[in-house]
Amino acid sequence: MEPSSNIIEVNDLRTSFFTEEAEVKAVDGVSFSVPSGKTLGIVGESGSGKSITSLSIMRLIQEPGQIVGGEINFKSDNLLDKSESEMRRIRGNEISMIFQEPMTSLNPVFTVGDQISEAYRIHQGLSKKQALQKSLEMLELVGIPSPKDRLKRYPHELSGGMRQRVMIAIALACKPELLIADEPTTALDVTIQAQILRLINNLQDELGMSVVLITHDLGVVAETCDYVAVMYAGKIVEYADVQTLFESPKHPYTVGLLSSLPRHDIDQEELQVIKGMVPSPTNMPEGCRFAPRCPFATDLCKEQLPTLDDLEDGNQVRCWVYSDKWDGDPEVNVKDDYGTATSS
Amino acid sequence: MAETSVKTQQAETKPPSPQLENMKKVYKKLKKNKTAMVGGILILFFIIVSIIGPVLTPFDPDAQDYTNRLASPNADNWFGTDHHGRDIFTRIIHGTSITLYIGFSSVLLGSVAGTVIGIVSGYYGKKIDAILMRSMDVLLAFPGILLALAIVSILGGSLQNVIIAVAVFSIPVFARIVRGSTLAVKKLEYVDAVRALGASDFRIIFRHILPNIMSPIIVQATLRMATAILAASGLSFLGLGAQPPTPEWGAILSQGRNYMWDDPHYALFPGLAIVVVVLAFNLFGDGLRDALDPKTKG
Repeated sequence: MEPSSNIIEVNDLRTSFFTEEAEVKAVDGVSFSVPSGKTLGIVGESGSGKSITSLSIMRLIQEPGQIVGGEINFKSDNLLDKSESEMRRIRGNEISMIFQEPMTSLNPVFTVGDQISEAYRIHQGLSKKQALQKSLEMLELVGIPSPKDRLKRYPHELSGGMRQRVMIAIALACKPELLIADEPTTALDVTIQAQILRLINNLQDELGMSVVLITHDLGVVAETCDYVAVMYAGKIVEYADVQTLFESPKHPYTVGLLSSLPRHDIDQEELQVIKGMVPSPTNMPEGCRFAPRCPFATDLCKEQLPTLDDLEDGNQVRCWVYSDKWDGDPEVNVKDDYGTATSS
Repeated sequence: MAETSVKTQQAETKPPSPQLENMKKVYKKLKKNKTAMVGGILILFFIIVSIIGPVLTPFDPDAQDYTNRLASPNADNWFGTDHHGRDIFTRIIHGTSITLYIGFSSVLLGSVAGTVIGIVSGYYGKKIDAILMRSMDVLLAFPGILLALAIVSILGGSLQNVIIAVAVFSIPVFARIVRGSTLAVKKLEYVDAVRALGASDFRIIFRHILPNIMSPIIVQATLRMATAILAASGLSFLGLGAQPPTPEWGAILSQGRNYMWDDPHYALFPGLAIVVVVLAFNLFGDGLRDALDPKTKG
């Protein structure tokens, strides 16, 4: 992949929260890039730093959080060098964001039309009337029935799925080049989830934008993403195209995540789980952060943090198993042996 | 029953704003609260009196009649006359608009200033918050009337200065309430959402936070009217506010106290007027607070 065809490149991004006791490294040296027009999924459980990564890109980290290092190159400009007013021009205009909770992401005292119009009023300086006209077009685009009537409605009069469509309409109003969707379907029920994901996908093709999809739902990833970054405890542990990730996952954590999904092709008494808990960010293990929960962990894993290494197929993984230094069973196959390793 | 069904039908045809719907709910709750309704009706009564009262009174508030000094209440002079023979009833009616004007403008001034300070303080936090709120604490440390007294004695006694003084001692009360509400609202997701849309701080504060914290401000403003009127009357009573012959209630009361022993009506009626108007605003304000509180059932 040539660097110029990436809409955004994040290099060694580090975001920390400074509490009275310690510096909490929520995002610790994350690097990834999103090719133009493609979708990158960032997967991880709660507290893995995926939402903080997305907020860092928007430069919306609030006190006591702070971006302490790295680069976010968006169209060859480093966003971390931009002033606040330059960032305001980018937000909602070139990079947009959809939030997790459609129920609370709309201001209860304004109509839907007013709130979509706001994007046009802020970025394009349109008059109220022009903005409303454009808002109407957006409502049509996101597939809201009888949009003319809906324009005058207040958020509490719409269902969750409708509200998320409105949120999408707001986010896409100015035709951004990058859309960051932070768990856009988590608060919706399953049938609506599928509709919303399809809508995002269709609009992506139509508007030619790139998408960063933050989620903890691997099903969503399989359905919508081109590339996937798996995050664990503030670091990316595996980066792969979606096909490879599901067919031959490399990192034990990815394997664990995949095998904990319920399957309908075999009889399962119990679901597989990854034992243990995500380490507390104030008390990170010295070596590999997944080592305390990893069935393959050796002394090396517990002592030294592996690097994110390139594999032959261009994907990346952060695991000692795939390095020359590996001191465990040389014949180990993480994917195939995971089940037996965890049960023993 | 028929009434409610008509109402819901209207609601369906025309999408009501949440504020409007909320106001209907608040009004329903208010209607059930008898004391609040009494307060509200009294306030309405005073407002009407202040507008049309002066036209209806048969006397000039400043017309002196030394043949009819300190008359007790009678058919012509319902509240009696004062030591210049002026009709007290007429003077009190003319004073209504002055009282409401002082109360309203000082509360308006105080609430606007307090809201701006509170919202900026709550929104930006940290140093700005510390500086603004500590200076509010300094203002709060003085007993209200003492602070107003000090301000009026510096600026000099006049109606305008009373308004400024009373406004200043209302500022910290509004600032505190608004700061608290701002802290709660600014953490809501829609504020993040508009920030992610590229909205400026100014826009977020005045367009998105302010409309969502109006109810506590309105309640406080109503309750504050009572305090402001009382304080303004107090200042006039002490001779620092409205100057004679302005028919301000506190000023009339102050003159009347010299005749309290022989002609108690002179001090009694302006005093009663102050009590009733203050009570009205307090009752209404309390009722409004209960009605706006979503936790109380209507």
